[in-house]
Amino acid sequence: MQMLISTLIDGLNLGSVYALVALGYSMVYGIAKMLNFAHGDVIMVGIYSIFVCLNMNSLPVPVTMLICVAVCAVLGFTVEKLAYKPLRGSPSLSVLITAIGVSYLLQNLALLFFKSERRFLQNFLQLGSIQIGSFELPVISLVIWGTTLVIMIVLNLLIKYTSMGRAMLAVSEDKGAAQLMGVNVNRTISITFVIGSALAGVAAILYAAKYQNVDPYTGSVFGIKAFAAAVFGGIGSIPGAMIGGLSLGLIEALTIGFLPESLSAVSDGIAYALLVLMLILKPSGLLGKKKVEKV
Amino acid sequence: MKSNLRKIFASRVFIGGAAAIAIWGVLALLIAAGIFSRSMQSLLIQICYYVTLALSLDLVVGYLGDLSLGHAAFYAVGAYSGCAFAVYTNLPLALKFIGGLLVGGICAAIVGFLISCAILKLRGDYLAIVTLAFGEFVRSIVKIIPGLGGTKGLLGIPSFDSRVVGFTASYIVLVLVIVAIYNFTHSRHGRTVTAIRDNAIAAESVGINIKRTKVLVFTISAFIAGLAGVVSGFYKTSITPGDFDYNVSIEALVMVVLGGMGSIRGTVIASAIIVLLPELLRGMDEYRMLIYAIVLIAMMMIKASPKCRALKEKLDGKINGFRSRFTRKRAK
Repeated sequence: MQMLISTLIDGLNLGSVYALVALGYSMVYGIAKMLNFAHGDVIMVGIYSIFVCLNMNSLPVPVTMLICVAVCAVLGFTVEKLAYKPLRGSPSLSVLITAIGVSYLLQNLALLFFKSERRFLQNFLQLGSIQIGSFELPVISLVIWGTTLVIMIVLNLLIKYTSMGRAMLAVSEDKGAAQLMGVNVNRTISITFVIGSALAGVAAILYAAKYQNVDPYTGSVFGIKAFAAAVFGGIGSIPGAMIGGLSLGLIEALTIGFLPESLSAVSDGIAYALLVLMLILKPSGLLGKKKVEKV
Repeated sequence: MKSNLRKIFASRVFIGGAAAIAIWGVLALLIAAGIFSRSMQSLLIQICYYVTLALSLDLVVGYLGDLSLGHAAFYAVGAYSGCAFAVYTNLPLALKFIGGLLVGGICAAIVGFLISCAILKLRGDYLAIVTLAFGEFVRSIVKIIPGLGGTKGLLGIPSFDSRVVGFTASYIVLVLVIVAIYNFTHSRHGRTVTAIRDNAIAAESVGINIKRTKVLVFTISAFIAGLAGVVSGFYKTSITPGDFDYNVSIEALVMVVLGGMGSIRGTVIASAIIVLLPELLRGMDEYRMLIYAIVLIAMMMIKASPKCRALKEKLDGKINGFRSRFTRKRAK
């Protein structure tokens, strides 16, 4: 029982962070119709920024967190302006290859600056735990769940009730028509990238608080799994990203916790197998909209 | 009589065959004479199987226009099945190699056939992500299949004693693959493939069976990737799941993109350059992947920018004009 509960808590923690990252993928995909492969690497850069602030300059934790989110947002904005904007309107193959290129670029820059070894953070957000009955619940888990939930709700409201949010919906529905109605498409896409990357920054903080370490490949592995979660839940849908992220986190924690030792090597493959199956059986995901192709 | 002979000499088959034999002769001689250093010799074999892998990916990305990020999966299936055949059978080395190639190629082709049947509905980004996930899935499955060595890898794969023989064997595979791909892309089937790439709906409306063609291309491509895997296993003598990660697929993709997707010659040249690059830029190894990344981004931007497109059209026109003048002269 104890074991099951702690596994579930682990799964929810992981799942919440997945959900945040999946949200970034989902928003960008919904609006720019592109798969931002570099999204995971933005997280990696975010964690490194925490590392630099905390370990090297020993800045206070709140400042570090602000810097992390700011770095991610600026990075997302820059990447969009420099790499993706010139390719707007190109075939999706070109855009995807560019995104892979950006992901590689960020990874290798990190490799160059920080070398390949894993770096550990110094006591970033160590909050202890509270006692519930005979059970210890880490406070950081509460923080992670709370943050994710609040962000989901705020984002949902933002999209439904502000003019910027409605502009996003319009652009994701039909770029051309939105432009004719006076929506500034380029600016809307930029804003989406900034929001998505800022979410990546928040995810970076939560990831750093949970795992306390980083290497240049942290982001890409995590990013691909989060993308799997986004697709699983139905890309382009905010509740979908949430459900997808949470279920992936739970499945992963359960397989790691309860699979026999000899099969533990496969636990990494679970997310991928799930993704393949989901896309084959229901390409639009759990909550996704079905696309009808017109000639 | 004379004109017949001239025709034969001017034919592509003759020129290509002569060039292939000449290149082999020169390289084999250089290896045998000991002029190439050891690392250069092994680079030559690496070029052979990387070119084979890149060509197989080119069939899917360049000719069919679908992005596969999981070619490492077929490469891995081929390498593991072919090399396991060689390790667990008791045959002369040459038969082990040929048998390994067949087994590896066919196993990879079966996997390619199955996965392509499953993903027919998907296109673009989704296809890319499924193939990527599939590649990683295969890599983690390989770890738990008994007899394949788990995470430590499959060891003790037989290898050719002399480098000349090793190079020759890899080279023969490569040449056969190039001939096969050339003939395929210049056949009726090949033209249907490019028709689907250029406009799937138009292709379907003139009666091309898109699904069957896609499955065919994926199967052939997987077969060739499997061959590349077997050749790589015979060269390395041990293979681990780590040899087949996502980076391999990306590296092959860089080769295809750099070679100008859908061009056999371009892919061969680009792959050779990329394999040789670390040797050429000694001490720059840290920057190698960085350079790949920048090359990928730059190539896509150049392709997208209208100025560059206009320039390329102009250049192509000039080259074609020059070429047609040249061939006219030769015909006279």
